[in-house]
Amino acid sequence: MGQIAGAWVAALLTLFIFSFLYKDNPFYKFAEHLFVGVSAGYWFAYYYHNVVIPNLYNPLRQGHFLYIIPGVLGIMMLMRLVPKVGWISRWALAFIIGMGSGYFLITYLQTNALAQVEATMSLRLNSVNNVLLVIGVLTGLIYFFFSKEHKGVLGGAAKLGIWFLMIAFGASFGYTVMARFSLLIGRMHFLIFQWLPTIPFFRGLAR
Amino acid sequence: MGFADRIREIDRRIIFLVVALAIIIPLLIPIGFPIQVSPSVRDLYNALESLPPGSKILMSFDYGASTYPEIYPMSLALLRHCFRRGVKPIIMGLWPEGIPFAERALQVTVEEEGKVYGEDYANLGFKAGGIVVMQALGRSFEEAFPVDAYGTPLSDIPVMQSVRNYDNVAIVIDFSAGDPGIPAWIMIAQGRFGKPVGGGCTAVSAPQFFPYLQAGQLVGLMGGMKGAAEYETLIRTRDLGSAGMDAQSIAHAVIVLFIVIGNATFFLGRWSSRRNKGTS
Repeated sequence: MGQIAGAWVAALLTLFIFSFLYKDNPFYKFAEHLFVGVSAGYWFAYYYHNVVIPNLYNPLRQGHFLYIIPGVLGIMMLMRLVPKVGWISRWALAFIIGMGSGYFLITYLQTNALAQVEATMSLRLNSVNNVLLVIGVLTGLIYFFFSKEHKGVLGGAAKLGIWFLMIAFGASFGYTVMARFSLLIGRMHFLIFQWLPTIPFFRGLAR
Repeated sequence: MGFADRIREIDRRIIFLVVALAIIIPLLIPIGFPIQVSPSVRDLYNALESLPPGSKILMSFDYGASTYPEIYPMSLALLRHCFRRGVKPIIMGLWPEGIPFAERALQVTVEEEGKVYGEDYANLGFKAGGIVVMQALGRSFEEAFPVDAYGTPLSDIPVMQSVRNYDNVAIVIDFSAGDPGIPAWIMIAQGRFGKPVGGGCTAVSAPQFFPYLQAGQLVGLMGGMKGAAEYETLIRTRDLGSAGMDAQSIAHAVIVLFIVIGNATFFLGRWSSRRNKGTS
C-alpha cells in the first residue's frame, strides 16, 4: 500500500512538472515550491546527522578538543548570514582555499595536465586517429595563443583549431541531448511500467 | 503563408508531443535495435573479467536522484558482473543519496545471484568529506569507515578482514554524477596510490573524461544510459539500459529530422524572400 501511495505521489508530481510544457500553471508552481522546500529540509537534516553529529559533536563529546578549531571555522562561515560581520567568513574561506591549494595543487596539475601532455607526446603516429588527435591538440592550443596576430600559417592553424573545437562542442552537445533524453526515458519508464499498472485497467503493463 | 513559414511558426507544443510519442511508443513496442559496444565499455568489462574470483573491488556510488535513470542501470550491470565472476564489491558513497541507490541495486542483484552480506560484499555507507575520505582510504579503510552502513565494526566483517587500504583492492569503480566523482578518484586513487580506476558517468560529463581514457588514467568508462546498455549486452542481460535504447535512438532520429527541417525551411524562406525582392 505504501509503495502504491509513493508511486502516485511521484507520478502526480512528475505530471505537474511536465504540465509546464503546455503553459505555466498552479500545479507546476505547487510542485516546484514543494521540491525546493523539501530539498532544503532534506539536505539540512541530512548534513546535520551525517556531518555535524559524527564529525564534530561526537568527537567533542569523546574529549577530542582539537575539533573546536573546525567547529569555530564552521561558525565563522555562517557569519555570512549577518551582513555586519560577514567579513569574518573570509578567514574560514581563506583557510579552506589555502589548505586546498597546498594539499592538491601538484596532484591536480599532474592528473589534469601533465599526464595528458605525456600521453599525447608519446603517441605513435601510426593511425589516422592518432594523427588527428595530435593535429587537434596542436591547432587547438594555437587558437588560444594570443601573443601573436593570427595571420599566415599561424592564422590557418588557428582556423583549423576552431574546427576541431567546434566538432568537440558538437559531440559534447550530442552527449548532452542523449543525457536529457535518458532522464525523460527514465520518467516515462516509471510512469508507464510502475505507476500505470497501479490502475487495474493497465495492470498488464507491469514489468 | 507558405509551407516554410508555417513550419517555422509551428507551436512548440506540437514538437513536445512528437518527442513524447517518439519515446513512449518504442517503450511500449520495443524494436530491438542492435547495441554496438564501444571500446571504453569493453575495456571496463575486460578489466573486471580479468580479475580472479575472490578479488575485492571498491565501488563508490557518487550520484543522486537527478541522474538515477542514467547511472542506476550501470550499477546493476556491474554488480551482476561482479557477483557472477565471484568478485567481491566493497560499496561506499561520497554522496549521501548514493547509498540508498546502492542498497536498491544490491537488493536486486544479491537476490538474483544468491550472495551473502559480509561474505560476498560489504556496504561501508556514506561518508562526508569527498577527496579527504579518498585520501584517508589510502592509509586505512578503518580510519575512514570505522563501522559499516549498519554499525558493524569493519573487523567483524569477513570480506573486510584482509582489506587494509587501496593495496588490497584490485580496482576502484566510481559511479559519478559530479564532484566528488571520477576526476577526484583519478587524482587520488590512481594518481597518488597507483590504483586502476574505472567507472560510469552521466552522458553530459562523458566527453570530459575521454582524455583520461586516452592517457590510460581510466581503465574503462560507461557514458550515460547507452554505456549501461552496452555493459548489459556484454553480460548478456537485458535490463533498464537496453530497455531505453530503442526510445533513445528514435528520439535522436526525430531531433535530427527537426534540425534538418528547421534548416531547410530557414534556407527556403531566405531564398524565397530574395526571389520576391528580385521580382518587385
